[in-house]
Amino acid sequence: MSSVATPAPTPRRRRRTRLQRRQTRLAWLLLLPALAAVAFVAIYPLGKTVYQSFTDQEFLAGVSPTKWVGLHNYFGASGIWHDADFRHSIVVTIKFTLITVSFEFVLGLIIALVVNSSFRGRGAMRAVMLVPWAIPTVVAAQMWKWMLDDTFGVVSDLGKKAHILSRSNAPSWLADHPLMSVSAVDIWKTTPFVALLLLAGLQVIPTDLYEAAAVDGANKLHQFWRITLPLLVPAILVTLIFRTLDALRVFDVFYVFFGNRPDTQTMAIYDQSTIVGDGLVGYGAALSVAIFLVISLFVVIYVTVMRVGDQA
Amino acid sequence: MSTVAERATARDRPVARRLWLRRSPVRRFVGRLGFWLLITVIFVYALFPFYWAVRSAFTPEGQLFDTPIKYFPSHPTLTNFREIFSTSFFTRALLNSTLVAGSVTLMALVIGSLAAYALGRFRFRGRSAVLYLMLSMTIFPQIAILGALYTMMRDFHLYDRLGSLILSYMIFTLPFTIWVLTSFMRALPGDLEEAAYVDGATPLQVFYKVLLPLIAPGLVTTGLLAFISAWNEYLYAISFIQSTDKYTVPLAITSFVGKTGSAFQVPWGQIMAATVVVTLPLITATLILQRRILAGLTAGAVKG
Repeated sequence: MSSVATPAPTPRRRRRTRLQRRQTRLAWLLLLPALAAVAFVAIYPLGKTVYQSFTDQEFLAGVSPTKWVGLHNYFGASGIWHDADFRHSIVVTIKFTLITVSFEFVLGLIIALVVNSSFRGRGAMRAVMLVPWAIPTVVAAQMWKWMLDDTFGVVSDLGKKAHILSRSNAPSWLADHPLMSVSAVDIWKTTPFVALLLLAGLQVIPTDLYEAAAVDGANKLHQFWRITLPLLVPAILVTLIFRTLDALRVFDVFYVFFGNRPDTQTMAIYDQSTIVGDGLVGYGAALSVAIFLVISLFVVIYVTVMRVGDQA
Repeated sequence: MSTVAERATARDRPVARRLWLRRSPVRRFVGRLGFWLLITVIFVYALFPFYWAVRSAFTPEGQLFDTPIKYFPSHPTLTNFREIFSTSFFTRALLNSTLVAGSVTLMALVIGSLAAYALGRFRFRGRSAVLYLMLSMTIFPQIAILGALYTMMRDFHLYDRLGSLILSYMIFTLPFTIWVLTSFMRALPGDLEEAAYVDGATPLQVFYKVLLPLIAPGLVTTGLLAFISAWNEYLYAISFIQSTDKYTVPLAITSFVGKTGSAFQVPWGQIMAATVVVTLPLITATLILQRRILAGLTAGAVKG
């Protein structure tokens, strides 16, 4: 076999592979700090979390030696499977996710469509939309908490002035409508961002499609349903996935508004207060794994929907 | 001349717009009015909460709890600002946050640009695997490793130290930085690089003499985004930090206690003043770099 090959290409090929090998080695060398960092702060802790979830580890060492407890944290008598508080936190989180993501999507789409049409001051408008996004979530939550104050809050005042709320007994927003109050903050902060992502999707739709449709006599509504929406589907799906994953791990707004009050705990707050508040690292790790599974479930649903959409 | 120009603009105008103009003037007026009304509503909705924070910050504490509510402070005052800077509590938090977010950003940019150089400019086996790893890290739920990090910080004696935050914030800044910088690196043309190689430059020289200057705008944008996300982080900060002198800004903002009056009275004026102080630099930077930020955000999110 080797005698058949002409001698000429062999050294050239070898030289190329040597260069390639050197390049590959250099590339991995350049990647080394990044991979080491990721391994140290993400992959190792992830493995450690899974391991901890099979133990009864507590944060304060010396209370009792850590034991391997198998699946006890998951399916034991006091395990996650029977944990009513955790179940409640899942319900709270999913409700919050459904409310905020749907509002943000609809409002964001409207805003994106408006800003996409050319008008004077469009650049300024886009800049204004970045303001809520740039404000830290915790700060935004504090701003709204003050705005939603029962007696001195501006929201109740505006409601009374507009005769939507009765003067005598305006609702106590945080106490009576916790989920609505929290959602208001998230919707305010994130809708402009959703709009910007959708806007990026809108701007790649070629305008001659609309011109052709207009020539064929399609009105604006027709154009929206038949051109804009179908062509926007990829951008919409990506935006929805990112928003959903973000909403499912919500922590800041709920924590600023309610601390770890049991009835308004999200999955993240319940887990955090189990680990840090109660020091139950083992059980908290099991909760982390469970949260990871819940979130993965949503990813699987989205990916399935996308696949089905692609085939149709 | 003018007719040519007119014809050109008429052709550029979308057909839908021309049909729109053909409608009756009344309907056109109503349509315009509705459009600008919508613009105004969006404008007010986006800015009002921030305006409200500003007006509350400049309102004296006494007037803040008056009814009926004043929509513009009649006697604007700087007392709230003076108050928050009178103790070291808030200034310390600003310093801590700057230190943490600054170090995180710097580390993410250095490590990230090296990795982006490899991922964007070299071809090797395992490249796409690394890219996918980084992408999956960007949507990684931080709560999933809280317990493990919590015990790690204790074992490394980093608990209740700013180092714990600098380390843990790499989880969400580094993969994002790598992902965005790689897209910047990939977009560069190969000619300059080749010319440098022909002149005998080593790969590292090519990196910092040719490529880094070219992606400088990308570094600024990515750096700002990393800085903002580290500046805003709350979950790890509240879990790993205990002493008030190590508080970051989000922790400080949520734990202001009134010095005067009732202990149960939340000092909203001061909180809002702090809010304004914290937010203003972020908004300014964002507005200055808005075009680039939009590009960076869409590179990070839509292309994923």
